[in-house]
Amino acid sequence: MSEQVLKISEFNVDFWVDGVWYPAVIDMNLELNAGKVTAIVGESGSGKSTTALGLMSLLASNARMSGSVQVKQEEMLNAAASTLRKYRGREVAYIFQEPMTALNPVYTIGFQIMETLRNHFDMGPHQAHARALELITMVDIPEPEKSINKYPHQLSGGQRQRAMIAQALACDPGLLVADEPTTALDVTVQAEILDLMRGLKDKLNSAILLITHDMGVVADMADEILVMKDGITVEHGSADQIFNRPQHPYTQQLLAAVPKLGSSKKRVLPYSESDKPQAVLKLSDVTIEYPKRGRIPAFVAVKNFNLEIYPGEIVGLVGESGSGKTTVGRAAIGLLPIKSGRIEIVGKDISHATQKDLFSIRRHTGIVFQDPASSLNPRLPIGESIGEPIFLAKIAKGADLAHMIENLLDQVELPRSYRNRYPHELSGGQRQRVGIARALALTPDLLIADEPTSALDVSVQARFLDLLTELQEKLKFACLFISHDLAVVDILAHRIAVMQNGLLVEEGDRDAILLHPKNDYTRRLISAVPVPDPAEQRIRREARLALKK
Amino acid sequence: MFKRKNVVEIAGQDGGENAIFNKETEGLSQGQIVLKRFIRHRGAMGSLFVIAILMIFVFSALDQKIGPFKIPGWWHYNTEDLPELRSIGCKEGLVGCPTISLRPSILGGQGIGLGEHPFGQDDIGRDYFALVMRGAQRSMMVMFVIGAIGGTLGTIVGSIAGFYRGWVDAVLMRFTDFIITIPAIIIGSVVGYHYGNLGVGFLAFYLGLFAWTGLSRLVRGEFLTLREREFVDAARVAGASNKRIIFKHILPNAVGVIIVSVTLLMSGAILLETALSYLGFGVVAPDVSLGLLISQYQDSFTTRPWLFWYPGLFIITIALSINFIGDGLRDAFDPRQRRRISKKERHTARVMHKTGVQK
Repeated sequence: MSEQVLKISEFNVDFWVDGVWYPAVIDMNLELNAGKVTAIVGESGSGKSTTALGLMSLLASNARMSGSVQVKQEEMLNAAASTLRKYRGREVAYIFQEPMTALNPVYTIGFQIMETLRNHFDMGPHQAHARALELITMVDIPEPEKSINKYPHQLSGGQRQRAMIAQALACDPGLLVADEPTTALDVTVQAEILDLMRGLKDKLNSAILLITHDMGVVADMADEILVMKDGITVEHGSADQIFNRPQHPYTQQLLAAVPKLGSSKKRVLPYSESDKPQAVLKLSDVTIEYPKRGRIPAFVAVKNFNLEIYPGEIVGLVGESGSGKTTVGRAAIGLLPIKSGRIEIVGKDISHATQKDLFSIRRHTGIVFQDPASSLNPRLPIGESIGEPIFLAKIAKGADLAHMIENLLDQVELPRSYRNRYPHELSGGQRQRVGIARALALTPDLLIADEPTSALDVSVQARFLDLLTELQEKLKFACLFISHDLAVVDILAHRIAVMQNGLLVEEGDRDAILLHPKNDYTRRLISAVPVPDPAEQRIRREARLALKK
Repeated sequence: MFKRKNVVEIAGQDGGENAIFNKETEGLSQGQIVLKRFIRHRGAMGSLFVIAILMIFVFSALDQKIGPFKIPGWWHYNTEDLPELRSIGCKEGLVGCPTISLRPSILGGQGIGLGEHPFGQDDIGRDYFALVMRGAQRSMMVMFVIGAIGGTLGTIVGSIAGFYRGWVDAVLMRFTDFIITIPAIIIGSVVGYHYGNLGVGFLAFYLGLFAWTGLSRLVRGEFLTLREREFVDAARVAGASNKRIIFKHILPNAVGVIIVSVTLLMSGAILLETALSYLGFGVVAPDVSLGLLISQYQDSFTTRPWLFWYPGLFIITIALSINFIGDGLRDAFDPRQRRRISKKERHTARVMHKTGVQK
């Protein structure tokens, strides 16, 4: 019988907004024993992060909590500040989503680990340094002797997350709260971090409260799962139970929305291989360089890149962050200048086009950006944002324009009355629909979608992808779909291109790439994707570890 | 009403991370949100009220000449009038003391009332109330002219530098640095010395030409961050020209910074005018300004302190109010700023029913 680390009972959190208490977490119950992993899953806004912060009273002052939170039989709710300080970091440690903002940029990682240690233990600087070094070695940061004196910005994203784990583990906490620990990381790095967390948990016998929206990660880690929606725990059970015999309709819906690699039906190319039509987008031998700025030397982001996209097909472009995929997308519609090579859109060369040439080309292209919050002007009503390309191309104005905007809103399944709303009044998924409506305003031949779903929840993402497929089948535009998520690309794409460090490493039919990858990197990328099925994920994990050895 | 409810339900479908916090801004435009936050700022609202009342009070007190027309003021003296110097009610040896009384007769005073010369009279018998009113008019005018000219110039220079970057930015910003190195007080005194007789409007115009530097740096910084946002790229892809991107897309997003710093610029302007007039380089006699009044009668501080107090009181009131308004605007435009809630609010708040999915 292992020791009980955390016991939450009848836990409620409300937020005060404008004279009203809005509930964020409602009647939550949870028990967690040492050495076990419990995952809280749910969409954004379901109250999972609020729960995590509420445990140790880390919420903003407009929150109120009731119920009971016991860490090792000690009540944490309404505890004195000194008690909380004693437990924070010592018994309950946090790993946050974004290591760049969670680590203090002006201190070395060694200093930050030592600070945690010396806050809780009577320890001299030399002793603390030795222990910090030990921790950094434990989380597999390369060259620990050197890395201990590095600042957060000198480390890569994965290393930063490791440093944060090292800091969290400094005092051998009984409970580790990991709030979306791998969401900001690439799949291959994510797999490594999850391996590390699993290994450390077994070694130190800590309990982990894992908060995530990624069912694949949950399948990989969790013993028990808690599904939340709008603050209510809708289902609570073992991993096997939730994945294989979900009871609540919401859980079933959530699982159904998760894209699974290699499960969608084959999509037929809209043209025959022997008789190819004229390419909509043709990149030949393209090299893109970010020019040198001051003492920072020039950086080659994309090297000798070749890709052709034909009418009516969707090409998925995948790769890790920093591989140059967004750069390709931006250059393809003339937002970035290229250094050498040739870009053609519908037969027109735009490699060295002037502003004026680009203006005429832009009627044939549209782009959907990654972050819907930043890609819509916050001070323009969305009707105006959607209508702008039409207005500027002098196709219509006044009542005609209004009519076209209404048609576009219908197309993306938004109510017509939304044209007078501002972006901040819309949810993420709705904003991204507006983004598509704007990109399709001029009925382009080529649509570039730059990670359009990375900021969306799974169920919203599923709806968005359905809409995109439907529109593509109706309007027959060619699409370059840029994503880091292989499962998403799998659903949409006819063909897939894989990029690494600015180079095209593999390109071909969807099935050819996903089922029979030739390139090592592609193979690694595919094996790192977690599958939302605990049993299968265990097999895949073992296979991946074998591949590594 | 029905419509609004409908929207809330739809938004609830995929509300996202801050669904609860967004409840506060549901169904409002950006401008309305800012207005709502501004109204909540008690100091700023109070100051706005004070400034409005003061402006009506000050500008309607004296006769105003607009071209051939003359709008009569409600005060019975003008700055040119020379009534007899009074000594009634004054201490021994003093003349022209203020007749304003705020102590009611029950408490042994003369009753609440303004009297003949509420702020007293100056050396030659001119009504000091009329002089202070004219001075306050001048100061406010200087303030608005400097705010308008400095604000316009600063916005234009800053947006061009921030948007185009490169050599345009370098040239404009080095020019700005050059202007900053010349102290405003020196420029003011040179201008005032040579052209002081051309009137206060001219002085304000010149000062405005040198007051834009701080604003232009702020606007440039704002443009540098805004131009990297994706909506600017989206506008470019839609075929928007540079001019359209600057004025339609970026400038409205920078308006918060501009309004706030123009307000603070204005409160600085009023002190600059006062300082210049005090040194004798700003507004020159026979025209009147608050600074000039203080400088003329600084010797009488010990004997007839009211000649010092009343203009000073007006300077402080105007400058403080404008500063408060600027402060309120800054808070209102800052999206991160969240109000602290009081204990009372905690207790009186309604509890939203715990709805959502069925368990």
